[in-house]
Amino acid sequence: MATQRFVGFSIGKMPYWRCLARPAKDAALMHRFANPARFLKIARPLTGWLFWPGLLLLLAGCACGLFLTPADYLQGQTVRILYIHVPAAWLGMGGWSGIAIAALMQLVWKHPLAAVAGRAIAAPGALFTAICLMTGSIWGRPTWGTWWEWDGRMTSMLVLFFLYLGYIALGNASARQAQQGGVSNVTAIFGLVGAINIPIINRSVVWWNSLHQGPSITLRGSSIDGSLLWPLGLTLLGFTLLFGGLVLMRMRAILAQNKVEARMQRLARG
Amino acid sequence: MNQWAFVIAAYTVTLAGTAIVSVVSWRAMRSAETRADHLSDRT
Repeated sequence: MATQRFVGFSIGKMPYWRCLARPAKDAALMHRFANPARFLKIARPLTGWLFWPGLLLLLAGCACGLFLTPADYLQGQTVRILYIHVPAAWLGMGGWSGIAIAALMQLVWKHPLAAVAGRAIAAPGALFTAICLMTGSIWGRPTWGTWWEWDGRMTSMLVLFFLYLGYIALGNASARQAQQGGVSNVTAIFGLVGAINIPIINRSVVWWNSLHQGPSITLRGSSIDGSLLWPLGLTLLGFTLLFGGLVLMRMRAILAQNKVEARMQRLARG
Repeated sequence: MNQWAFVIAAYTVTLAGTAIVSVVSWRAMRSAETRADHLSDRT
């Protein structure tokens, strides 16, 4: 009945029924990869394609950042920490964004692999958040004269690290309620709610006048000189590809574990 | 204060952490997939 009432409705030149069909098509495409066998067919070769070029790029980026770029006129040699600190921050925040998207897919569309993806992202995400905090602290000592300051950016990043620990602990504690080796719905809700911290981290240097410098790289451009900036592209891409490879490895491990458990249960039943 | 000491410390933490998580993830994947394959062969 509701549909009949909107027969004349259209968006631009597109009739309403095509607008409705599009999300259905997207959902169908998403559920195409709900089958673990189909997913593994793609994930197996993709793991190596992401991991090895990622490792190569990040090592090349680190070597270029250490030996080919000049020292900064103000920060001196410590500016080189930028090439690892920024990708670690990007992956810490990107990892939680991935968890939130996976949680949404799990809760709304009941996608069976979303819970597995959420669980697979958590540990590497926590590690890169910890690396971001540690490298930032190491950079802060010679630059600011302190290892730690309770400013907006650093505190919100520390909160993200604790959120990761909470997510991992909750995921492990509720593993029995979870289906197919993923995380439970309660853990997924935690992942979704925790995403509120991501825009807070991003805007913290704008909202609060703190010790941490403002955004250096925006959509409008960068305040960092090009002679210092270029290896950052290599390490950013390298760490991101490697992160993707790690997530796929962990997803494959969970799916293989599920297969073993399912088969053992079938054997036990006779 | 030698700035290179801080740079080396930061790179060591990052590369060691990345290496550890890579090895742990790879080993977990390999052992789980090997167990799954062995079980498939037996049944």
